[in-house]
Amino acid sequence: MQERTSLPEPVQAVVSEALEIGSQVQPFSVESVEKAPRIRDAKLFHSVCPYCAVGCSLNVYVKDGKVIDIEGNPDSPINRGTLCPKGAATFQYAINPSRVTQVLYRAPYSDHWEVKSLDWAMERVAQRIKETRDSSFVERLPDGREVNHSLALAMLGGATLDIEENYLMKKLFNGGLGIVPIENQARI
Amino acid sequence: MAVESSQQQTAIPHYPQWEPLRSVVSTFVGNKVAPLPEQPKMGFFTDTSLCIGCKACEVACKQWNQLQAKNPSWTGTSYDNTESLGAITWRHVQFIEDIGPAAMLPPPLPLFGKLAEAKSEGLIPETPPGTALPFFNTERWLMRSDVCKHCANAPCQEACPTGAIIRTEFDTVYVQQDICNGCGYCVVACPFGVIARDDDGTHTARKCTLCYDRMKEGIEPACSKTCPTDSIQYGEVDKLKAHARERLGFLQQQGVQEARLYGVDDTILEGGLNSFFLLLDEPEVYNLPADPPRPSNHVAPASFWAVLTAIVLGIFSILFFKE
Amino acid sequence: MGSNMAEAHPVGFANVVKAKELGAKVIHVDPHYSRTSALANMYIPTRAGTDIVFMGAIIRYLLENNLYFHEYVLHYTNAASLVKESFRDTEELDGIFSGFDPETGNYVDQGSWDYQPGDDGHPLTDPTLQNPQCVLQIMRRHFARYTPEMVEQVCGVPREQWEVVVRTLVENSGRERTSALCYAVGWTQQSKGVQIIRTAAIMQLLLGNIGRPGGGIMALRGHASIQGSTDVPTLYDLLAGYMPQPAAMIEPQEQEAKDRPTDTTWGEASGKHASALSQQTLEEYLSSSGQKFGWWSNIPAYMRSLLQAWYAEAANEEDGNCVYRWIPKITGDHSHLATTYDMLDGKVKGYLLFGQNPAAGSTDSRLQRKALQQLDWMAVFDLYETETASFWQRGPVPHLDVVDPSQIKTEVFFLPAAGSTEKSGTFTNTGRLLQWHDKAIDPPGDARSDLWYVYQFGKRLKQLYAGSQEARDQAIQALTWDYERIEPEPGSRILDDPDSELVLKEINGYYVYPPGQTGGPGSESLQGPLGLREAPHVPNFGALKVDGSTACGSWIYSGVYPEPGKNLAASRTPGGHTFLQWGFSWPANRRILYNRASADPQGRPWSERKKYIWWDEAAKKWTGDDVPDFPINKPPDYTPPPGATGIDALSGSDPFIMKPDGKGWLYAPKGLRDGPLPTHYEPAESPVHNALYTQQSNPAARYYKGKPFNKLAAVGDENYPIVITTYRLTEHHVSGQMTRWMPWLNALQPALFAEISPELAAEKKIKNGDWIIVSTPRGEIDARALVTRRMRPLRVQGRVVHQIGLPFHWGYKGRVKGSITNDLAHMVLEPNVSIEEAKAFTCNIRPGKLL
Repeated sequence: MQERTSLPEPVQAVVSEALEIGSQVQPFSVESVEKAPRIRDAKLFHSVCPYCAVGCSLNVYVKDGKVIDIEGNPDSPINRGTLCPKGAATFQYAINPSRVTQVLYRAPYSDHWEVKSLDWAMERVAQRIKETRDSSFVERLPDGREVNHSLALAMLGGATLDIEENYLMKKLFNGGLGIVPIENQARI
Repeated sequence: MAVESSQQQTAIPHYPQWEPLRSVVSTFVGNKVAPLPEQPKMGFFTDTSLCIGCKACEVACKQWNQLQAKNPSWTGTSYDNTESLGAITWRHVQFIEDIGPAAMLPPPLPLFGKLAEAKSEGLIPETPPGTALPFFNTERWLMRSDVCKHCANAPCQEACPTGAIIRTEFDTVYVQQDICNGCGYCVVACPFGVIARDDDGTHTARKCTLCYDRMKEGIEPACSKTCPTDSIQYGEVDKLKAHARERLGFLQQQGVQEARLYGVDDTILEGGLNSFFLLLDEPEVYNLPADPPRPSNHVAPASFWAVLTAIVLGIFSILFFKE
Repeated sequence: MGSNMAEAHPVGFANVVKAKELGAKVIHVDPHYSRTSALANMYIPTRAGTDIVFMGAIIRYLLENNLYFHEYVLHYTNAASLVKESFRDTEELDGIFSGFDPETGNYVDQGSWDYQPGDDGHPLTDPTLQNPQCVLQIMRRHFARYTPEMVEQVCGVPREQWEVVVRTLVENSGRERTSALCYAVGWTQQSKGVQIIRTAAIMQLLLGNIGRPGGGIMALRGHASIQGSTDVPTLYDLLAGYMPQPAAMIEPQEQEAKDRPTDTTWGEASGKHASALSQQTLEEYLSSSGQKFGWWSNIPAYMRSLLQAWYAEAANEEDGNCVYRWIPKITGDHSHLATTYDMLDGKVKGYLLFGQNPAAGSTDSRLQRKALQQLDWMAVFDLYETETASFWQRGPVPHLDVVDPSQIKTEVFFLPAAGSTEKSGTFTNTGRLLQWHDKAIDPPGDARSDLWYVYQFGKRLKQLYAGSQEARDQAIQALTWDYERIEPEPGSRILDDPDSELVLKEINGYYVYPPGQTGGPGSESLQGPLGLREAPHVPNFGALKVDGSTACGSWIYSGVYPEPGKNLAASRTPGGHTFLQWGFSWPANRRILYNRASADPQGRPWSERKKYIWWDEAAKKWTGDDVPDFPINKPPDYTPPPGATGIDALSGSDPFIMKPDGKGWLYAPKGLRDGPLPTHYEPAESPVHNALYTQQSNPAARYYKGKPFNKLAAVGDENYPIVITTYRLTEHHVSGQMTRWMPWLNALQPALFAEISPELAAEKKIKNGDWIIVSTPRGEIDARALVTRRMRPLRVQGRVVHQIGLPFHWGYKGRVKGSITNDLAHMVLEPNVSIEEAKAFTCNIRPGKLL
């Protein structure tokens, strides 16, 4: 639009600016001009998607101690920044008002939950594990074979457990307490 | 996926001696700031031949833009429970089932004779790949991620009386939420049913921003970034359009004769679309108007300011271009 | 086949789409036309549960027409190995193999399946492949009846469609090309799941597609670290790295040890058949679990290192035997589903559930919920209230088994858990790739990571047992259990969070006695024993020792954390042909297993196009794009000297180093509970009789006949004539516990539906969108009808068979609710791995809504 003019350069610039504004009517608001992505200046953490087993790499952006955005990590050869709808929704999995953040307890024959302290629940469950294990522990079968096990306490883990978590579960419950029915979603 | 971009931030030129002229211009165009320096035109190419209907684009859009979820309601329309674009739905994946009635035993494919005859003793022959398998099933489940078309000549913008709808420096169509008064003229103007007023939330008109905030820092929009199969591609419109034409050629070469482009040439809405599509059937199959009407003639004229601005700028141009 | 990859693994499927763009042919064989089918070059509808016929016919075709990859098959598989004369095939026994005991439903005598042992301990072979007892000839006979006509009759697939598959596979396999197979729970959740995968393995071995780039059988595992949960197992029958959990009673469980065969010696470390051995001592365990030849000969070092990691110095008593005896012995099937029956019988008192939801996610869910009522107590660790945690509540959606809380004794604890972004640790993906995830923020409120919970329970329990004098409590007392952070994590308010990298170090392994010292443990001059914190890392599993000088939590993961500050699971350097700097894949960061097979017997690439690992004659070592899965300096022409054992007993052209004969097993001489070769059996519930044999369904499957609730429809039962299969949708995850609380996802798939064909809909007077009731002998559920041509009736054995499909993501908790599809499924378990048959059973439908 400028080639027909022979005006001095500054005039030309303003004119073209005017024409730009005028011909397309571009009234930018201050907000539009100042708009910036919210992840600017956020702290970046690398995570892995908790859903299927493809193992997509996640970028987790944190600002003021809060997760503000989760999206695919473009460096990953697995997902190259992409995600499926579940992965793309990981933000809502973590940041969600429906999450339970206190210990809930249902007494035998009760019809409701009660809120309890974490410490109370830890002690009580530890006691329950010990009682159940001790009352059901078998050292030898009737025919004399040594088994050193308990079958009365079962564990079932989901497969969003970290391998470190799996390891300690097997070590404590199997290697430490002799619990046998330790299972995982891997079987399902 | 982002197609390679030459986009860069250029400094705004500033000439103090001509500031008065600038302020005159600003006066006439409204109490807004001047536009940012022009960048390469950016847009989407949505290639439906790669879509797996996963809807990641819908969710990534919601996540980035922190949009409310639609109330869950099962529609029974294939796997589409989103139904349409709207004020809080800026990407929408359509599902179109195009499958013929079942024959109890489908007819044999007339592709091969007896395999064994073609084989000799010994190693498996080193033939090139390509049994005559079609590129797609003959039984088709079409999927398409719909989005704002960012029309080169956008009816919504024409209809907007407040100047809320602008073309950004990337030539995208953007609704400024701090300006929009929710009058709704744009809603009826859009021939694609894209833009809508958020009656439960902001009471303003809302639609895809092409992730304007991300673009400003050269970050790819959320939907195209998340798309696993690159069905949604983002980039400079010219390059994307060239790529779309190549892609069409490739698919036709593969025997996908139904493939066609939508919005790439300038015929649609007198200028084409900055967000365009590769379709695997007639546009109407995807609920796209083959020849969308320009609704400006049945929308109330734009506001006083827009008219005045046009007049004043007309005068300006006459003055400056007089030989 | 057996996978809806585009929906269950969308980002993985992107690679399939990309390959297709580059010319690969994608074929989807499945009962249900899904988003995977839509993108494929070809979709073939098939009847659920008939995969072995479809692929068995391909195997027959390859053999009959001499289309297999001769050089690969001859050198790299056991095609030439001779099987015992006493072996009887299904051809002779009408659908069962020799050794079956109808009383117990087990193959009690598997001795006849074994190879004919030669003088050197290796099996006898016939390289001409003519001996009628050689594997190839046995296979010819076995698969003779798997004809294209049978594919039409049994699968309902027209021969022409099947031929396209054969042709495409053949043309795209060989020296220049490879083909890959992808499967998921569409195969594993069948009463013969392992044998279906075996069929695929045989097919791929015949085509030369194993151990080569672009080949293989891709097990698409379903959850972030489901592979990790198998490798570092929370499974009853495994210790870390696929070492078996010691057993008090070896399979077959129903027989006394003295009755078991002892006549097979080939490949066994002890020279005796595993079934004959007790595992009361470590020595017995090692000799029955180990092997004389091949990589598994290293099991003593791996086991000893595990004991060292768990019990430290106590492991040195009796060379490890003392602590070995503490490890609990299994006495039968203690798998999840078998344990459910124990629960129903009141034998299980307590239940710990870490992120798992059996009340909606496990098969026959109604039975699961009944079982939970029999518990004394249960603790659920999760982010959201699950169906399982709230099984005692009066259901907010009507379901037929309305519960009365006042009648339920179970004490329930719900402990809030942390999400993956709120803790650091490792996931192992479906490609065996370990990837570390950082902790971004603290979990909210009282929520804690599962690692925190287990660690803190461990500390409390050690305290509770501290004063005990009981022998049975020695294990917990001796258990090493210090993962305390030296300094709290910066910015975290949870001060007692354990250090997950310290746990990873234990899994990787460390030197209890630093290397390079002379003498063994106990020797005065040695530096050590060192504890986890101060000990040097072992660099890889090659460093593990049998003498107690090393500790290692899982040998196959050894090498992931080879030195301080070098956590390879957290390595994130992109680039390279095989991305060796991104994460760490076990074992030893190998990306393709058995990749020695990517070169010919002489060590040269099969072709330039498919070059991957090859022998570098100048450097005298294996090299290539990946970490060679082979002794690095063993030349291709190496022949084992007489009497060689371990890995040295395998030749330079034996790529399958985990196998005692170094060969890919077309025929499995041991290790499977339902036969050495795959055989088609109908699903436990089927509309038709088995067209191949009199034997209707897998004879070795566990049917739990006579157990309450687990009723099965009879063959061809007119009350349940419709085949039903279940699957995932892209928009939700398994039972929905991780997605149904999320409005964004709920809007995309808000309700349970059943996909039915227009033909079936017309027959049942059902319109699209109607409510329908789906019934099986286990119970009824309701769902919306999605009438779609994507489901289509098939013609099977002269009659029309209808199939319907249901996703299984709903339940009575969450922000969207719906019936539990798993209420319909039964509890017949696959014999090798105890997995249910949720992908092929029978049902009926009618219009209507429950309550």
